[in-house]
Amino acid sequence: MTRSEIRIDLYGGALCALLGCVAAFIGTRYGLGTPADIGPGLFPTSVGILLAIAGVAIAAHSARDRREAIDAPDLRGALCIAAGMVAFGIVGSYGGLAPASFALILISALGDRDNTPARAALLAIALTVIGVVVFWWALKLQMPLFAWGWS
Amino acid sequence: MIGQALTDLWSGFSVALAPHNLMWSFFGVLVGNLVGVLPGLGALSAIAMLMPLTFVMHPVPATMMLAGIFYGTIYGGAIGAILLNLPCHPPHAVTCIDGYPMTKQGRGGVALGITMIASFFAASIGIILMIFFSPVLVALAFKFGPADLFAIMLLGLVAGSTMSGGTPIKGVAMTLLGMLCGFCGTDVSTGSMRFTFGFPDLADGVGLVAISMGLFGVADFIVNVNRASFVAGGATVRLRDMRPTRKDLKESFMPMLRGTAIGSLFGAMPGTGPTVTTFIAYALEKRLSKTPERFGQGMIAGVASPEASAHAKTQVDFIPTMCLGIPGDAVMALIMGALIIQGVAPGPQLITTHPDLFWGLVASFWIGNVLLVILNVPLISVWVRLLQVPYRYLYPSALFFIAVGVLSTHNSLFQVYEVLAFGLFGALLLTLRLPVTPILLGFVLGPMVEENFRRAMQLSHGDLTIFLSRPISATFVVLCFALIVFQLWPKRQFQAFNEGVDA
Repeated sequence: MTRSEIRIDLYGGALCALLGCVAAFIGTRYGLGTPADIGPGLFPTSVGILLAIAGVAIAAHSARDRREAIDAPDLRGALCIAAGMVAFGIVGSYGGLAPASFALILISALGDRDNTPARAALLAIALTVIGVVVFWWALKLQMPLFAWGWS
Repeated sequence: MIGQALTDLWSGFSVALAPHNLMWSFFGVLVGNLVGVLPGLGALSAIAMLMPLTFVMHPVPATMMLAGIFYGTIYGGAIGAILLNLPCHPPHAVTCIDGYPMTKQGRGGVALGITMIASFFAASIGIILMIFFSPVLVALAFKFGPADLFAIMLLGLVAGSTMSGGTPIKGVAMTLLGMLCGFCGTDVSTGSMRFTFGFPDLADGVGLVAISMGLFGVADFIVNVNRASFVAGGATVRLRDMRPTRKDLKESFMPMLRGTAIGSLFGAMPGTGPTVTTFIAYALEKRLSKTPERFGQGMIAGVASPEASAHAKTQVDFIPTMCLGIPGDAVMALIMGALIIQGVAPGPQLITTHPDLFWGLVASFWIGNVLLVILNVPLISVWVRLLQVPYRYLYPSALFFIAVGVLSTHNSLFQVYEVLAFGLFGALLLTLRLPVTPILLGFVLGPMVEENFRRAMQLSHGDLTIFLSRPISATFVVLCFALIVFQLWPKRQFQAFNEGVDA
């Protein structure tokens, strides 16, 4: 819901510059090698430096640019999607495929403001059943359906 | 050589028409067609989501299916653009300009009919080019050394980052970021770990399926949930409405030819995106037209040319990917990745080691295009109705398929977290209006560029002039510089026109 006016490219450029610097810094530690025998660090370092330069260029370009409204993702939706996938990972390693699928669909569906908990639960049950038939039974996915403490 | 190509093509048809292969090809174009109509989902997300399915399949039907999705989406994208004014996919944004006014004038059916004719014509030309040029290119490719491959890939990276639509500098930054992601994992030459941050699961690098599902699936859902409003109109089209008149055909014939030429040219050049292709095709028609002021009010030339160029490019795109192992754009990078996972390495040796795959694929293009033309007629109204499937059901289902799909690639839940990480990162980039598509091209090409560069330097004992002393690599290095200089040249008009479709 937040629509604030910011210099979007300034942040985008800064992010690129930061990532480029970090990559270049880490890259130098892998060893640059010699011209005839290039080490594993040369490409990460040089690509990182180029990324940093590109980032600075993006940010500098924005200085002349107008301020733009930012369309930030919906917080509830984003959090539910992320939480759903984390739940799939955690429930999946301790409880098996069926509960993990149910958790993922239920939690992520709750991210949409138009979904009621009952509707989300129905969707989760229906898709879990379909998923079990398709992936576990037909495609033989290597993961127990229900488990306790499997990792 | 031509006789040989035709004989091989004949055997290709027998491969493509085998019931099992035909079924998957049909499935691919059907899914592609559907995904093309659905807003927010593109060829990239569809291929990424269905890729795990191909691991249990034979490489031949797997490739046919993935390729079918690719050109199926192009047909589907035109439907959404013409009937609903939905630029579902950036390459079709120009089709909206004249396609939708035609629908408002009650001529939407004709626009679709012309689109189909133009698409089929352009695709056929593209396939013919592939049949005759691939063997020639392969014969040439055996002479390529690491320095030449490096130079060609470099051109692919430069062109891909600066000409895929949007601001060039942002494309460059994202391509570089993709290359960094590609370096993650064990270094092939020395065995040292790079960017693994202590995770043993990252020793094999970032998964191709994980990065593409994250960037083109999860990131999209995070950005669009509770945000996107999907409008669905109720236009219905009957077969009778789709028949163009003699005048329509006459008006669209030359634009169709010009669009095909532009598409073929851009397809052969590694790295150029489809959006630029359709925009240039449209701009050319407007420039050449006797009545440029009528563009935007439903000129049939403004539909025929861009659509023809998109299709020609799609088919010609397969030539560098299959013959050189150098993907032209992000979708091709993904299809190539799927082939490599199957144990089939695209490159000059592909035609001889896997003739069934190569010629079967070429034949399946034709069959797939015929299928699409037939399918499109009854299915258009079905797809339009499907647009009304609410997003609140669509994205949780897609997330579930993503999670299970990525899990099946390595049987490791770590991959699910990888998808999430790239999803969140991709959403951040999209919010900052940075394009995510070039990341994939950099991801796939980055390690290949590095490997060939290191090999070339070893061969020349550290002498950089090797890239200028070999004629092939010198040509491509010069082309790279020319392209960079051309991009730095101030041409505000082109940039403004590019930023209009920044997506």
